[in-house]
Amino acid sequence: MNPFATLARLVDEAPRRALLLLAAFVAVLLVAPVVLDRYLLSVFFLIFWFATVGQAWNIMMGFCGQLSLGHALYVGLGGYVGALFWVKFGISPAIAIVPAMLVAVAFGAVIGWLGFRFGIEGVYFALLTIAFAEVARIGFDNWSFVGGAAGFFIPVSSAASPVNLRGGPMLFYYVALAMMIIAFILCAALRRSRLGHAWLAVREDAEAARALGIDVFRAKMAAVVISAAMTAVAGVVYAFYQNNLFPSQTFDIARSIEMILAPIIGGLGTLFGPILGAFILTPLGQTLIALVEKIAGRAIPGVNLVFYGAALMVIIWFTPNGVWPWLKKKLGIPEGRE
Amino acid sequence: MDPPNGMLWSLYANVLVQGVLTGLVYGLMALGLSVIFGVVRVVNFAHGEFAVVGMYAAFVLFRSFGIDPFVSMLPIAAVFFVIGYGLQRTLINPFVSRPEHEQFILLVGLAIIMVNGTLMIFGPDARSANLSYSFDSWEIGAIIVDKVRVYAATAALAVAALLFAFFRFTATGVAIRACADNLVGAAVVGLDVKKLYALTFGLGLACVGAAGALMVTLTDATPMIAPAFTLLAFTIVIIGGMGSMTGAIVGGLLIGIAEAMASVLIAPSMKTMASFGLLVLVLALRPQGLLGRRA
Repeated sequence: MNPFATLARLVDEAPRRALLLLAAFVAVLLVAPVVLDRYLLSVFFLIFWFATVGQAWNIMMGFCGQLSLGHALYVGLGGYVGALFWVKFGISPAIAIVPAMLVAVAFGAVIGWLGFRFGIEGVYFALLTIAFAEVARIGFDNWSFVGGAAGFFIPVSSAASPVNLRGGPMLFYYVALAMMIIAFILCAALRRSRLGHAWLAVREDAEAARALGIDVFRAKMAAVVISAAMTAVAGVVYAFYQNNLFPSQTFDIARSIEMILAPIIGGLGTLFGPILGAFILTPLGQTLIALVEKIAGRAIPGVNLVFYGAALMVIIWFTPNGVWPWLKKKLGIPEGRE
Repeated sequence: MDPPNGMLWSLYANVLVQGVLTGLVYGLMALGLSVIFGVVRVVNFAHGEFAVVGMYAAFVLFRSFGIDPFVSMLPIAAVFFVIGYGLQRTLINPFVSRPEHEQFILLVGLAIIMVNGTLMIFGPDARSANLSYSFDSWEIGAIIVDKVRVYAATAALAVAALLFAFFRFTATGVAIRACADNLVGAAVVGLDVKKLYALTFGLGLACVGAAGALMVTLTDATPMIAPAFTLLAFTIVIIGGMGSMTGAIVGGLLIGIAEAMASVLIAPSMKTMASFGLLVLVLALRPQGLLGRRA
């Protein structure tokens, strides 16, 4: 499939008004750093980052119906591979994203094979993904080559070098923005592809999909592998943004859950859901942290997560399909159109 | 038998005893999850969080009022029963017929609020109950047994036995089992399914509340241990067989022994690895669990 032809077709199919709105939105984001300070740049980085990983996770759960609760595994693997290549061998992260993706794909393939071959489904499959993230956490905790529990650090250099992901918040703002846009286009193209239709069929009714001649196992494997690779790229960027990796944080189940909030709140299985969810949740969470710090005079850890938890419960109670389908109706976009 | 070998065997025996005793407390915790899943068909993803709240409740009652956790486990279990009954009636019942992932998201939301609420109130530091008899032990030949572990295991076994008796010998217990076996049939003969579900959820939480109180005598309380407990209970229930009560206890014993053995024979950090290894093995070879029935 020719990516440019697909892109042209996507543009062609979209309603004009929506396209104009989208272009204006991207244009605003492109010039926004002129007025944003360091703090706001970092907030936007987080929004773009969560939108990207949310998009990746959405391929598995939203498109293919496979619940993963261990996506922190792929973030961590990507981050460690990228950081190791740079620190130990001086290889640029621009190149290291390839091995990072490969390692994540290998792990994703093992989890997928174990799960789908043996018919482990639903919550059982979710538990399997958590188990692998936990095993990775313990493994990295005890692996001295990567610093063990004491963490692995990427030295901060004063010389900016965008190809090597060395630079200030402005650089990471644009890198994450690019990531979010590419992830969106990729997902839009995948959803319209033959594979995308196979995923939706598997999600709705795996037996019926099999009867139609869809290779259910392969469709599920493709979802895991593509999702893992995308998440690993985001993992590399995050590691270079943070400049440090601690197994207890990187592979934490709390991280896995934080990653799935945006697509759930925005709208499972939709293209705009993960982006919308990230734009709603991250700023609210960050504002809450700042607000509580101002009122209490000190940071109280966990405040933003209590809010996220409440948001999850409210959303799933009232609009289990997320905010985007509701907003779509308000904007007058017809059913069946994104 | 030469001395080094003898020492090795006494080490194994010690570890085995310790694993069995801890495993019984694990089993009680998992029993709550298994009962709820077996009847209501909802996976309580906030299970470990409830265990941690139980731990903190016992901790506070001990520190502020000097009430021993082995006594306070009873009122804690009672309060947890009421909470569980209320939760099922209000929050969870509307989700019983909703898709699995929606139930899951609701309970994950609850779990996040509980664990971070505990974090906000008590802070991240580990809290230890420091019972006066924490370090007392009995020596039986070469085997040294912590008294507190024996008490905890006995209490766990007693609570589990009570629950078994309830399901076996009382009319309500039999009615709940009827709901689990054949929901439509149970509704047809006029059982109040909603009420029985609420009772079951209450009983499940009472188990985990009691287990939490017992756990505080064995290990420190910290909010961050909650997801690990959820995983632990979940792993035990899958190994034993989802919805099987005996399976939960057997799974708890197996995990308790595996963890104790791995932490002594390999490395303490390998504790969790051992239980996950067991989990992957069971999922691959016998997905319905050791004592579970194929759905």
